[in-house]
Amino acid sequence: MIINHPLLGPRDAQEFTYLGDAGLINRPYWLSDNAMRGFHDYLHLRDNPAGLHRELWFHEQGDRSWLVVTRDTTTHEITKVELARDVARAKRTAEATQ
Amino acid sequence: MRYSALRLIKESLIGHKGWGAQWRDPDPKDAYDYVIIGGGGHGLATAYYLAKEFQGARIAVLEKGWIGGGNVGRNTTIIRSNYLLDGNEPFYEFSLKLWENLEQDLNYNAMVSQRGILNLVHSDAQRDAARRRGNAMLLNGSDAMLLDKEGVRRLYPFLNFDNARFPIKGGLLHPRGGTVRHDAVAWGYARGADQRGVDIIQNCEVTGFKIKEGRLLGVETSRGYIGAKKVGVSVAGSSGRVMAMAGMRLPIESHVLQAFVSEGLKPFIPGVITYGAGHFYCSQSDKGGLVFGGDIDGYNSYAQRGNLPVVEDVVESGMSLIPGLGRARLLRSWGGIMDMSMDGSPFIDKTLIEGLYFNGGWCYGGFKATPAAGFCFAHLLKTGRPHETAKAYRLDRFMTGHIIDEKGQGAQPNLH
Repeated sequence: MIINHPLLGPRDAQEFTYLGDAGLINRPYWLSDNAMRGFHDYLHLRDNPAGLHRELWFHEQGDRSWLVVTRDTTTHEITKVELARDVARAKRTAEATQ
Repeated sequence: MRYSALRLIKESLIGHKGWGAQWRDPDPKDAYDYVIIGGGGHGLATAYYLAKEFQGARIAVLEKGWIGGGNVGRNTTIIRSNYLLDGNEPFYEFSLKLWENLEQDLNYNAMVSQRGILNLVHSDAQRDAARRRGNAMLLNGSDAMLLDKEGVRRLYPFLNFDNARFPIKGGLLHPRGGTVRHDAVAWGYARGADQRGVDIIQNCEVTGFKIKEGRLLGVETSRGYIGAKKVGVSVAGSSGRVMAMAGMRLPIESHVLQAFVSEGLKPFIPGVITYGAGHFYCSQSDKGGLVFGGDIDGYNSYAQRGNLPVVEDVVESGMSLIPGLGRARLLRSWGGIMDMSMDGSPFIDKTLIEGLYFNGGWCYGGFKATPAAGFCFAHLLKTGRPHETAKAYRLDRFMTGHIIDEKGQGAQPNLH
């Protein structure tokens, strides 16, 4: 697989390590009333879709950035690559303006 | 029809015209007491034991494609009972005992071959861990022998003992472990279940569940609606997809694992060898091909094929352990989809939906569990209570803290 890094261009997937579902960016708030259930679900439960999957890859052998890669789990085709910090910031901005 | 040597002689005289089909090809009925989703090893074993041991009646097995076409036909055929933890080892020992009597029970030649499994150790720390694991195995009625370097050399003189980075210091031998002809397991259970009245319905894909007020009423399939009192899901690799239809999220990710077979060679590996310094294991099939595998690819996948970096990694590990491997040509490689669970251990449990039961999350170790998983799942379906050896395989164990993490990796499925 080739991951088209937003800053560095096309890089071999071997340079990266895989963490999992991009939902792992969204940590539950630890002081909320149902934090126990929230962290259980956050840590252990997965959507695990067959088809498009947004997932976290770490460019360990490169610039050590975290990426959010959109990939089809039935074909391994990668359709979108974003910097994870951009995804997280966009989410925070969206939450702040609500 | 009972298979025997006498029967074989008789058939050979009349041109093998009297064998007939091994199981029927029935159309689905309107309703069953028990519906098992998934006609793989586990599903067929569940139906077999449900009919034979637990006097279940009106049972159907629904299979999307053809029986035995999933992971039971794609694995590397190893059976073993060499686990460490209390939640696991009694279960796998129970499974190995069922394997030992499988062919007599099924009247089917599954080529169960207890040729011994050797886990190599390369350091003092690994030897300590092997001794501890061996003792845990002995305490649970399994068998284990700690071998020194010379003991390993007597068994496998061709290994790379003096590898500068990972010299072989010994190994933990599990003599009752071995290999089985994997397809014959599915066929044997199918035939046995069919003889006891189980309807095995192929080309019948489940497309949805009918659930009313928290109670399961039946399943929608590509061949029409089928009512059911109890439904057992046993669909390794597709667990996430099937349970999503019932609105459940699972502590499982689907990953691809590759396996490999070399060209046929004269007998040279009598047992199963696993490398202690990399993820690599190897045995030789009765046809002569070296059957080997290694790590999962490490990313979510439903593609049933892997990528080349892992091929390179597995073959490198193999070459560093068995230098002679380099003279053999690789014949085939393929991939299968694994339910990788959050602690590397499986689930055999009821769900919050009444009448819906789940068996899955076997990671890449489901084949060896086939008989016991079938037996324990049948026990759960019939009695509503977990079998004694499978009581740790609960879906809520991450909430209660009773995780069974053999490798101590935490909730990171691609590391188990």
